Amino acid sequence: MWTTPGRLRAKGIVGMNRRNIRYIGRYNSRSLYPLVDDKLKTKLLAEQHGIATPALIGTIATQFGIKQLHRILSGHQGFVIKPAKGSGGKGILIVNEVSGDRYLKPSGQSLSIDDVERHVSNILSGLYSLGGSPDVAVIEALINFDERFDKYTYEGVPDIRVIVFKGYPVMAMVRLSTAASDGKANLHQGAVGVGIDIATGKALRGVQYDRAIAHHPDTEHELASLHISGWETLLTLAASCYEVTGLGYLGTDMVLDRELGPMLLELNARPGLAIQMANGEGLRPRLDLIEKQPDELDTQQRVAFCQQHFARSQPDIPGLSKTTASI
Amino acid sequence: MSRLPFYLVVALLFLVGIGMSVHRHIEFDVPWLPGEQRQVWEIEAQVNFIADGGPASVDLALPSTQEGYRVLTEHTASPGYGLHFSDDSRGRRAQWAARDVEGSQQLFYSAQVMVAPQATSIEQESLKTLPSVAWEPPYDTAAAEVIQRAWAQSADDISFTRELIQNVNADRLGENTRLLLTQFDRVPLLVKLLNQAGVVAQEVSALPLEHGRRRQPLTTWIQVYHDNSRTLFDPKSGAMGKPDNLLLWENNGQSVLDVEGGSRSRVSFSMLSRNQPAKAAVRSQQAGSETLLNFSIHSLPLEEQALFQTILLLPVGALMVVLLRVLIGVKTSGTFMPVLIALAFIQTSLLTGVIGFLLVVAVGLVIRNYLSYLNLLLVARVSAVIITVIAIIAVFSVLAYRFGLNAGLQITFFPMIILAWTIERMSILWEEEGPKEVLIQGGGSLLTAVLAYLAMNNAIIRYITFNFIGVQLILMGLILMLGNYTGYRLLELRRFKPATED
Repeated sequence: MWTTPGRLRAKGIVGMNRRNIRYIGRYNSRSLYPLVDDKLKTKLLAEQHGIATPALIGTIATQFGIKQLHRILSGHQGFVIKPAKGSGGKGILIVNEVSGDRYLKPSGQSLSIDDVERHVSNILSGLYSLGGSPDVAVIEALINFDERFDKYTYEGVPDIRVIVFKGYPVMAMVRLSTAASDGKANLHQGAVGVGIDIATGKALRGVQYDRAIAHHPDTEHELASLHISGWETLLTLAASCYEVTGLGYLGTDMVLDRELGPMLLELNARPGLAIQMANGEGLRPRLDLIEKQPDELDTQQRVAFCQQHFARSQPDIPGLSKTTASI
Repeated sequence: MSRLPFYLVVALLFLVGIGMSVHRHIEFDVPWLPGEQRQVWEIEAQVNFIADGGPASVDLALPSTQEGYRVLTEHTASPGYGLHFSDDSRGRRAQWAARDVEGSQQLFYSAQVMVAPQATSIEQESLKTLPSVAWEPPYDTAAAEVIQRAWAQSADDISFTRELIQNVNADRLGENTRLLLTQFDRVPLLVKLLNQAGVVAQEVSALPLEHGRRRQPLTTWIQVYHDNSRTLFDPKSGAMGKPDNLLLWENNGQSVLDVEGGSRSRVSFSMLSRNQPAKAAVRSQQAGSETLLNFSIHSLPLEEQALFQTILLLPVGALMVVLLRVLIGVKTSGTFMPVLIALAFIQTSLLTGVIGFLLVVAVGLVIRNYLSYLNLLLVARVSAVIITVIAIIAVFSVLAYRFGLNAGLQITFFPMIILAWTIERMSILWEEEGPKEVLIQGGGSLLTAVLAYLAMNNAIIRYITFNFIGVQLILMGLILMLGNYTGYRLLELRRFKPATED
């Protein structure tokens, strides 16, 4: 049930206190937070730097603007409504099918336009934002994610989280939604986290509720066979977010679009520590190594450095190399 | 980035905090623990004299804080007289004066003196200079021989004094001594002989404290300066050292009472002893001294003091929250909400408080659940929840009263707006994360509140935070140090366990 601080230290696990003081406090300047705490700002900033993000359908900033919602949504077969300043995946409404005047969530639950309007109203009044401050609702196009991901996820879009430290992609995982997580990709809500080898983009091991699992709980598919194509492109995209925001300790959330490739979903200045569980490895040795590296390397060099130093020769899941299915 | 300034600040906070506390303990005799009783003497000096008719002035020596005793408060009663206190090389004195008085006069001075083992004299220990001594014949030879004899039978100033006092004592009276005693009183003679022998000594007046005694005179003692310290000798027995119950009234070698424009003056003393809690003794002592180092809540009016008693407890609650969150990793709903709930518990008592809190939050959650169907704006909804909370509290109060449960009435002490926000936050948590997370965070909040309550309601902690303002700086230092803790939280040892199992 319990382990000792010594064992955690030996494994290089970073705890909340250390993360907050040593990494977030030291490398993330407070003045840069608004760039990532406001998803709309992040989106516009990313576009300026030529980083792909899901298409913006519209924004609603005022309560009377909600009357426009129906008009904005018309013609779109699927969309995502999210609060610009939401955290932890709160307040994200995914509608992947519109039939008549009914809006269908991935779970099959059907909503009326009134339900959707109420959700937007809640977002605007600050229900999901930090500190309850008034917010803006951002409506984005649905991602056309690859069917080959279907086997690994239940309802929602799998997203790829890469921790970028001083511009180096140090650790990565894929977050797969489950029935328990209601289509959301947040690990504490019950999504599955799969650690990804920085060198190859192949799965290392899976966890749900911080406990190791070998198969997706809903689709029963083997997690070990997960392999992300275009891995290096994705790492480069993640690493370039350092230059875009200036944040030294950054969580980048990305998705793979069928046609458009890796897209930036959002950035997080306080990324969680569950990625260590998914990788079965602590962040500490990698962060220590990066702290010793010079600052002036460019994105390509940084990605190459990480792929070389953080490669995992021994996969945790037996039989991984034989049954890999490329996505 | 150097952490040196941080550690310097923390060290400074600890040093100043501990310094201030120790200073208050030693300098003002504030005991470390609340239960201690202190003996306080009420001493009244009564000056009587017959005024000649015309201007009169009275000059009375006053006691000051000294080894073993601390002067708390003092009062005078002297209708028709102008009063002036002076504190100079002659020691502390009260000077009464009146332009035109006649007949029997009575002046009163009373002081509260606390028995304080750590107290020390506040005046500097300046070595008195040796007064020059002159004898007239035939006393000069007699004195020289008395000194010679005692000198031969002693080793240093202390034993010399003891020997001299014994020689002047009645049953061993020698020829020379008898001669000297025809001319001089015993105590002035002893002082003069000591000074002649090069021993710095003077006559002091002291009051033996005895409960319930009235019309007591001062007794005379001999004080010898030796090796930068003072030693008291009983001129009758030669016994060395100050008895426990002896209060030095005048120890500068001055007269106790000087009266001009009057005759038959005398001063007499009555005294009472009583025990009072150290706290009350501390309080009465604050009234007098108003220095910066004596910065104390006790100098405020009583009403504000009661307010501060609560305010000064908040850092203790905050420290509890920091401990639980940083070292344990307990999740709470709202960072300092538990401290405010704990404050309410102090008013209501723990059991009533916990039951009331659970009832209000549970009923509030049910009603809030209905409000979420009404599709309201956030501010309006929280306002509605506030009114709901007030209604719940009102209903429970009335119900409790009807059933004869007076404890139920105390539910009104709960901070209603904080409760409303707690309900709102828990309701959202329920919708988003499910009831399990509500239980975790609600339970964490309640646990934190109960622990904060236990800490803040502890009699010793209440006493110490209220009486030692320096403790606030120590708490600050502790919290700063905890804010710098990068180690694992206790609950992380469980959370991260699977990662160590490969």
